[in-house]
Amino acid sequence: MGVNPLDRYESLVDDPTAFRAACDRPLPTTVRVNTIKSSAERTRRALDDEGVAYDPVSWADDLLTLPDSSPGDSWAFAHGWLHGQEEVSALPSLALDPQPGETVWCACAAPGSKATHTAALMADQGNVVANDSSLGRLSALRHNAQRLGVTATTVTRADARSYSLNPFAFDAFDRALVDVPCSCEGTVRKNPDVLTEWTMDHVESLAEIQTDILCRAVQATRAGGIVVYSTCTFAPEENEAVLDRVLAAEDCRVVEWDAPAGLETDPGITAWAGERYDPQVERATRVYPHRNDTGGFFCARLEVGA
Amino acid sequence: MSESSDAENRSNRFDRLPATPAEREVPGRVARSEVLDYWADRYGIPSETFDQKTFWEKGAGKIWVVDGDHPSPIAVEGLGMTCLRTRQEFWKPTTDFVQRFGELATDCVVVLSDDEAARFMSGDEQAVAWDGDWGYLIAARETAGDAVPLGVGLYTYGTLDSMVPKGRRR
Ligand SMILES: C[S@@+](CC[C@H](N)C(=O)[O-])C[C@H]1O[C@@H](n2cnc3c(N)ncnc32)[C@H](O)[C@@H]1O
Repeated sequence: MGVNPLDRYESLVDDPTAFRAACDRPLPTTVRVNTIKSSAERTRRALDDEGVAYDPVSWADDLLTLPDSSPGDSWAFAHGWLHGQEEVSALPSLALDPQPGETVWCACAAPGSKATHTAALMADQGNVVANDSSLGRLSALRHNAQRLGVTATTVTRADARSYSLNPFAFDAFDRALVDVPCSCEGTVRKNPDVLTEWTMDHVESLAEIQTDILCRAVQATRAGGIVVYSTCTFAPEENEAVLDRVLAAEDCRVVEWDAPAGLETDPGITAWAGERYDPQVERATRVYPHRNDTGGFFCARLEVGA
Repeated sequence: MSESSDAENRSNRFDRLPATPAEREVPGRVARSEVLDYWADRYGIPSETFDQKTFWEKGAGKIWVVDGDHPSPIAVEGLGMTCLRTRQEFWKPTTDFVQRFGELATDCVVVLSDDEAARFMSGDEQAVAWDGDWGYLIAARETAGDAVPLGVGLYTYGTLDSMVPKGRRR
């Protein structure tokens, strides 16, 4: 039996006992309202009509928690008005702040929660290029995008590290959302196995892939464009350390973004395991489970060149 | 132009529909104007709804609706959403299309009770009261004060047959 990786983070959090206790609790069930098909207000009325209980999420109008049902149980879901999505996983699309009509790359998009959220924030106008390397996961993405009624999308299958813009008429993206494969420590409340499967070797090999994908995203985004990097893990090796390497290799900087009011977050860390990182990484956002009763998350907003 | 349906279904090639039948180059391919007329004439969905959308064919008769424009042909895994089946006697809208745009329809919308809607969503056939056109109807149910589409049903001889695909049944 290896060590529990969560032990590593006790020195980072304000309240280690609360952190560990939250990681042991199951996650609340949350859904996102699909604003492509219905407003948050109308959807709440529909849920009232059919007697499905929900609670608002304080920091986002279009997120609801379901105290005693599963996402797929309601008529609202059958109409394609709801999508099961963990609360914190709505953060990267908000940090990206995409605008209608833009061309946005979701480099690792399957099964499509953030890509469809991104399209919804664009009022389904423009082009969300949803890419993934896994054929099986792409079929889940296509199913979700269709069900939610997204027309502003192109789906591609490629390795994001060497992504080519050849099929397209444009030569750079306005924005990119880089929601990389990671060690998923922050999903422990949903899937405790992530802890037993954890190895430092795996973390290190992921960090290499993450760095390569983020570099490619910075290169493929126009000067002045925005790239959001996100993971659902606490490991600084996959978070701040990746940013640190990309800042050194590519023309970009980490910029401030205001996490939604009501969501308690922590800044990125600038030192870990004897290494020091570029001070800009402090502008990144950490979300620990005990602060808002959510999963764990990491998110940074970068501006490209110029 | 290879029209072997097997080869076409496996390909990832999407072709933009010609604007009008006069500009048609591929035999059997429907024109954008015909698709807009179909939505407007049968369902009363205003053509302006699609001013910013383009329509594409991948495989024989499978039509996709996409926001904005792209180079044609384009080889990608997916482009917008499937909306319509052509190249058959009666064109057939998709579940996903009617859920996305069907609220704008004024014709061929049958509003089901919740019990009927539940049978419809489980993929069953059932008797319904309807005295309009036969063929593919938009099946809706009342919620939050609106008639909200669930999917497509085939109405013949007093019976509505659910076209909800397996992956969307409940
Ligand atoms: C965290 S998941 C993405 C979740 C997704 N953004 C969402 O919100 O639904 C990471 C994804 O990266 C994909 N992936 C892994 N390596 C990749 C690569 N080299 N290029 C592109 N995608 C990759 C995996 O198949 C997986 O679907």
